[in-house]
Amino acid sequence: MSTSSSLWAVTVATLKKDIRLEWRSKDALNSMLFFSLLVVVIFSFSFDPLAEESRHIVGGLVWVAFLFAAVVALNQTWARELRNQVLDAYRVSPAPANALFLAKVLGNFIFVSVLEALMTPLFVIFYNLHVLGPAWQLIPLALLGTWALVVNGTFFAAMSLRTRNRELMLPLLLFPISIPALLGMVAGTTAVLTGDNPAHFYIVLLVTYDVVFTTASLALFETILHAE
Amino acid sequence: MKRAFPVLSILSAAFLVYALYQALAVAPTDAMQGEVYRIIYYHVPSAWTAFLLFSINFVASVQYLASATPSRQSTARWIVIGVGVVGIIVTFLPQVQAQLKSAGMRPSAMATTVLLIPIFYFLIGKWFPGQRLDVLAVTSAEVGVVFCTVVLVTGPLWARPVWGIWWAPGDIRLTSTLVLWLIYVSYLVLRRFSSSAQTQMLAAALAVFGALDVPLVYFSIWFFRTQHPQPVIGGGGSMDPRMLHTLLISWMAWLCFAFLVCWSRFRLELLHREVEELHALESLAGGESAKASLPLQRSAR
Repeated sequence: MSTSSSLWAVTVATLKKDIRLEWRSKDALNSMLFFSLLVVVIFSFSFDPLAEESRHIVGGLVWVAFLFAAVVALNQTWARELRNQVLDAYRVSPAPANALFLAKVLGNFIFVSVLEALMTPLFVIFYNLHVLGPAWQLIPLALLGTWALVVNGTFFAAMSLRTRNRELMLPLLLFPISIPALLGMVAGTTAVLTGDNPAHFYIVLLVTYDVVFTTASLALFETILHAE
Repeated sequence: MKRAFPVLSILSAAFLVYALYQALAVAPTDAMQGEVYRIIYYHVPSAWTAFLLFSINFVASVQYLASATPSRQSTARWIVIGVGVVGIIVTFLPQVQAQLKSAGMRPSAMATTVLLIPIFYFLIGKWFPGQRLDVLAVTSAEVGVVFCTVVLVTGPLWARPVWGIWWAPGDIRLTSTLVLWLIYVSYLVLRRFSSSAQTQMLAAALAVFGALDVPLVYFSIWFFRTQHPQPVIGGGGSMDPRMLHTLLISWMAWLCFAFLVCWSRFRLELLHREVEELHALESLAGGESAKASLPLQRSAR
């Protein structure tokens, strides 16, 4: 009883702390929002598509914008804990390492989901979107895709903390590993928007990806945190 | 080492020349593709060598991660034994046998391959104890990236005259090889940019993530392709025995070459670490020599 309840208690406490910090400073959310707004505007200048064409390309544009914006937030997750040696204090405390990881992943998941909820209407306006397939499938695609980005992103952000140029390191590690997930999100979104083919396969792919990498991250995070 | 290395280098150079002669002069010309196909004798052996080196890297990384704690070591050991046992049982199930036969594979060959996984795992653990596992991982990743680059360069050169295009974006083998290359380049970048002590654990974890990623890439593109047919390498089909013979000779020659390069890189990395260790010991011991060798740190203090 004690391990699972303390895992949960530490997760909730850390998550609450992170959300409170973010609510007061709004650092990550503001920079992500402005960044993805810039991406939307630049994309709309550079492509200027018709409604029919935009349906085919917007799946890619949306996810590329969210991926870049998520990197902005992910880079700040652990940097916050480095100030005043919080991370070192965490390492010597008896709290389970996975609780810290889960709290960070959940926090990032919430921030990126908020970003997506705010940015999606903008994409609809800029690209005159009209969904032809079953629109409800966009919700599981978005949730699973965000989880895929965030779980690996949080893990690799913790990894790149130990490197010389950590802000640069995160995308270099994250993007190659995220290729199958990104493919699933982009192709699934395009399938729903155009209504040409069913998106079920992509949802299954994303579920598999999420399960595999969540397990791997939870199994290896303690090693990464304590690696000395 | 000092005496064997030049002898082996000369032998493998001669072997490579012989393989080149076989590939250019002895092997018959392809009925469909003409002389262009002869690039296969470089393309395919490089691909096999690269995959072999990447799997060595994966096994060494898993061993390195497992060696951190005894409990994890025994868990990993049981998982590997379990993989071997389950794999052998599965290959003898009638449904799987029928599947394998229809794909042109012999069940006994499949069972032997599966049995090799635990053997490979334990042999690597036995021959490369402790830090040597990590050195083996770096070495195999570096040489593997070189061979994978050869594959990615010769592939388009071959595809252009045969398929009419340089690159088929939806093709399963092209894309998964490219992603594999990207993952291992990011692995090498991590090793380059990471600060000394923790690098090895981080890199081993990244190698495990990369290995988990590869089947997912393959799976996702496999579905992608069945939806959007693309020109692909003719699946199945049989090969002229003389061609297969030349291909295997060529692979052997490249394997010898890869082994030599890995060996010298392995020695170099070991020496490099020994030197670093000595420097660290020297500065710990203090005294005059440390003052002389570390002027920067002292002035910073």
